[in-house]
Amino acid sequence: MKRIMTLACIATMASAAFAETAPDDVAFTQYGELEQSLSGQPGDPEAGKAIMVARGKGNCIACHQVTALEEFPFHGNVGPSLDGIGSRRSAAELRGIIVNAKMTFEGTIMPAFYRVSDFTRPGDAFTGKAADGPLSPLLTAQEIEDVVAYLQTLQD
Amino acid sequence: MKKMLLTGSAVGIALAMMTAPVFADEDADLLINGEIEITVRTDAPPHMENVDTIYSGWVFRSTETQALEMDDFENPGMIFVDDAIEAWETVEGTEGKSCADCHGDPDGMAGVRATYPKWNEDAEEVRTIAMQVNGCRTEQMGAEAWKYDGGDMLNMEALLASVSRGIPVNVAIDGPAQSMWEKGKEIYYTRFGQLDLSCANCHEDNYGNYIRADHLSQGQINAFPTYRLKNAQLNGVQSRFKGCIRDTRGETFAVGSEEFIALELYVASRGNGLSVEGPSVRN
Ligand code: HEC
Ligand code: HEC
Repeated sequence: MKRIMTLACIATMASAAFAETAPDDVAFTQYGELEQSLSGQPGDPEAGKAIMVARGKGNCIACHQVTALEEFPFHGNVGPSLDGIGSRRSAAELRGIIVNAKMTFEGTIMPAFYRVSDFTRPGDAFTGKAADGPLSPLLTAQEIEDVVAYLQTLQD
Repeated sequence: MKKMLLTGSAVGIALAMMTAPVFADEDADLLINGEIEITVRTDAPPHMENVDTIYSGWVFRSTETQALEMDDFENPGMIFVDDAIEAWETVEGTEGKSCADCHGDPDGMAGVRATYPKWNEDAEEVRTIAMQVNGCRTEQMGAEAWKYDGGDMLNMEALLASVSRGIPVNVAIDGPAQSMWEKGKEIYYTRFGQLDLSCANCHEDNYGNYIRADHLSQGQINAFPTYRLKNAQLNGVQSRFKGCIRDTRGETFAVGSEEFIALELYVASRGNGLSVEGPSVRN
């Protein structure tokens, strides 16, 4: 009996520590920040770097110039340069901006990378056809943590 | 070019220019065959609230792409105009008529392209030029309608554009066309798809900027149909709209739909004052 209780207890703790937050459940602060890791795990900056430049993933350099990513052409300039962003913004701010930048910048052009509802005519990826079934977020919880970790390496 | 871009830091812009693959001479003027003057930048029409100057997409293309449009022998789109001249003179349908039987020489159509889409009194609808061509085919010639944005139609649109080159776009937005125009305007400012982007986000707020290697224009349609180097064929206005909505990860509207007719009218009116320029060359 005792043993079972301990196990149950560990299981609860573990699932609390590693619980993934679903896109519809994220709770922003009034400034659009997100304090908790979405995946319950730390991010991997190297994986984050790959996501930043991959067209089918974050494709962040489509809009942002990043000097540290110069080997990956071409960088757009629709958004501000992200050089030194890790010294200017906290992890909570960065996470909030990537999850849904509109919570930080009202009306911004930057897409929400972890949002699955309230779109007008959502499509089935880039086919032009209507989405069939629920949408997946543009990036997974862990991928967002990876990008946050990479952005924190961009120091002035 | 716009306030936001300037504050977007001069450094960002300079760096993007360094990494961008192509350069545009945004101050260049367009003279076709050394004689047809094309207005590629002018004051925005009064109905536009957020833009002072309107630009043809030609302005944002690379010097090489720009050059292809300056001489009809270099412009691959002109080959299709020749095909359409043949179709213009060909008798088709139960009435035994060709376009030429009613309209004479294609040159006689100079100025027509500049006013479309426009209200058709008899049909009581806003018609794009493609709808009007099909109207002539089915109602006057007893011939079959051409496919919207299909090859025959785009060739004919290229011919009709080519004889209007240099004439300013002058689409009516009031009177019976007004409600369609309002509808088109609403679509232009609606954010579509999972990327949640409107036409205005890219073509009003960010023209002159780069999305990755794409140099954003104002998304004007004065120069349609366009011969795109990317797919080596003529491209229609509404097919282009479709591609842009698809790129928002959105569900597009159909070519020929009421929504796209409205959007075409609205976007055309944003180009009032630019010259008719088709068939143009784009990448
Ligand atoms: C379609 C364009 C676009 C894409 C794609 C995009 N962003 Fe942004 N981003 C912007 C714009 C524009 C802003 C500035 C906010 C505003 O004023 O609208 C911004 C702001 C930011 C900021 C805050 C910058 C600061 O100085 O405070 C961060 C951080 C950021 N983006 C990260 C990312 C990351 C990471 C990705 C990819 C996962 C990404 N962005 C993808 C357009 C984009
Ligand atoms: C994600 C950004 C984006 C959005 C949103 C977008 N477009 Fe585009 N559009 C582009 C790019 C990139 C091009 C190619 C470069 C250029 O001409 O601007 C383009 C090209 C065009 C062109 C061709 C212009 C020419 O000179 O050949 C038209 C017309 C156009 N867009 C209209 C629209 C309309 C209408 C909408 C809304 C239904 C729209 N676009 C939404 C990115 C976008």
